[in-house]
Amino acid sequence: MSARDRILGRVRQGLSGSGTVSLPDRGRPRGPHVTWPSQDRVQRFMACSLRMGTTLQRAGTLEEVPSLVARYLGSHGLPLCGVAWPSLRNMEWVGAGLALEYREAHAGDAVGITSAFCALEETGTLLLVSGPETPASVSLLPETHIALLDAGRLRPHMEDAFDQVMESFSTWPRALNFISGPSRTADIEQTIVIGAHGPARVHVVLYGQ
Amino acid sequence: MKLTSFAFKGNVRRQLGNAVLQDNMKRFGGRFVKARAEAMQQVDNLEALRLAATQVRDHTLAHLEEYLTAFEDCARKRGTVVHWAETSEDVNRIVLNIAAAGGVSRVVKSKSMVSEETGLNEALASAGIETIETDLGEYILQLADEPPSHIIAPAIHKNLDEVADLFSSRHHTPRQTDIPALCREAREQLRPHFLSAQMGISGGNFLVAETGSVALVTNEGNGRMVTTLPRIHVAITGIEKVLPTLNDLSLILRLLTRSATGQDITNYVSLLTGVRGPDDLDGPVESHVILVDSGRSGLLGTDLQPALRCIRCGACMNHCPVYQVVGGHAYGWVYPGPIGAVLTPAYVGLEKALDLPQASTLCGACQVVCPVRIPLPELMRVLREKSMERRLRPWTERWLVMLWRWVAAQPALYAVVTRWAARVLRWAGGRSGLLHHLPGLDGWTEGRDMPAPQGQTFRDLYRRKAP
Repeated sequence: MSARDRILGRVRQGLSGSGTVSLPDRGRPRGPHVTWPSQDRVQRFMACSLRMGTTLQRAGTLEEVPSLVARYLGSHGLPLCGVAWPSLRNMEWVGAGLALEYREAHAGDAVGITSAFCALEETGTLLLVSGPETPASVSLLPETHIALLDAGRLRPHMEDAFDQVMESFSTWPRALNFISGPSRTADIEQTIVIGAHGPARVHVVLYGQ
Repeated sequence: MKLTSFAFKGNVRRQLGNAVLQDNMKRFGGRFVKARAEAMQQVDNLEALRLAATQVRDHTLAHLEEYLTAFEDCARKRGTVVHWAETSEDVNRIVLNIAAAGGVSRVVKSKSMVSEETGLNEALASAGIETIETDLGEYILQLADEPPSHIIAPAIHKNLDEVADLFSSRHHTPRQTDIPALCREAREQLRPHFLSAQMGISGGNFLVAETGSVALVTNEGNGRMVTTLPRIHVAITGIEKVLPTLNDLSLILRLLTRSATGQDITNYVSLLTGVRGPDDLDGPVESHVILVDSGRSGLLGTDLQPALRCIRCGACMNHCPVYQVVGGHAYGWVYPGPIGAVLTPAYVGLEKALDLPQASTLCGACQVVCPVRIPLPELMRVLREKSMERRLRPWTERWLVMLWRWVAAQPALYAVVTRWAARVLRWAGGRSGLLHHLPGLDGWTEGRDMPAPQGQTFRDLYRRKAP
């Protein structure tokens, strides 16, 4: 008898085993969620993001984004180079004066540029989905993370984001990362410090309507 | 972690006499309480959330075998190796086998309370494997060679001065007393380890049966590091941590983060499923999940089963008047506070943690804040009864209780005895009305005076008031 059989045997015995071991047909019920006064969706998302320490700016179209990113980096004294998702390689970064490499992140990368699969209005949270063109490390190792978000990809709740992932991917992605602002710690004297192991700066460029 | 729960009273005396700890508990303990209260004020359907979360946890536990095997099936299909561990020793052995097979010499860990149960770090060290804790609190404690004193803020008992001394002596760097500078120092010390370790070990806040995923909830980003960069990822978690669906996870997270730190959501919520794909540029090539029993299955079907609903937010300890004074180390094992007073005896044996269920006034604060409505005072009472039944309490205490029971069962005798006792105690209280000593019950008067009765019993007063 294996450890698995012994553990499951004890579980069955403890629950005085009905003998029928089949998943209850429960479906995927949604529990209650937090509610908020009706508000413009973009405004709600932006307000919650700011509370988590994310900074934001709006762009009219995706084409405007590279120059806005270059201006953001310049105005914060950050290098105009870094790493970006391979999925973003066809954008006009060079024209905006940015020298990017399209790969996973390495130790020396100061800036990481990704897009977001979608975002949550409830908490001001970005959802990043890992894949061959969207490596997870780009939003993690660099001290500055810049995320491009299509305003049409705002979803009210986490449940809606999961539904969206189910619709879009035939195989469930290896890593889903819900990101809400820069990394932080409060492990010394319960004092919040921004910039723990992950990025110290998360900047969202919100484009489209 | 070394068990000292059997020496609870001695532990308490030491913690009460520790001026630094007493000061730290006073200064930092209340912040979680305030943060939780502020977060919950923003939620107008808190009770609906708590009820739904409780139902999800109860449903999962009632069908635990089905959900565990469903999780196992889904995880295996994605290339995750699922291990089953009956005991702490099994957990350590499984990790060492994975490390040996993978030629691992360095491990980075994000916080895992289950690995504290098993003493994993010591096991890895004795096999010659370097293990680095990467949660800032756990890292501080690893440098100080101390166990955690809180499940979400493991170093809450340490103050800035202590951390400054520790970093400067262990890192051989100039002493810094600025909190952001110390955090920066830890980031710089730990970054090379993240990049060079061959294995990352994490806990698992939850397992999702529907997708075969491990869910991790972190703020620092170290949890993402240890599950993204090293070649091998091992997640260690208890069998009770499974949830049926992603929707259930979404619901429970709303309560977990608000109850724990008062955040609407933590900075990172990661859902990890399987190994890196053939074209992926990062992510682990090996993924393991260790499902740990280690006493948990023994609670199923007993009065203590509701304790397995626990989602490890720490609210019960933050709000416990006993924890707030004695701190986490006094409890002598991994889980302090009210949940620890239930889980420790249940996991390690009541006779080894006899005083923990007694370390409560049964005030009920823990039950009021518990996001999954665990009736903690009731469970502590159940354990107290068990310790009486099994004759584990000292004979003096058992005789006193039996004597009281005998007297209380005879109303006339009870009236005489209480009237007599009230008068004697009033006389003993003297002019101050305070009792400084109670022969045989010094525990009650050691740290404070007991107000003396006013000389009349409830029955006397009631008779006089009655028309």
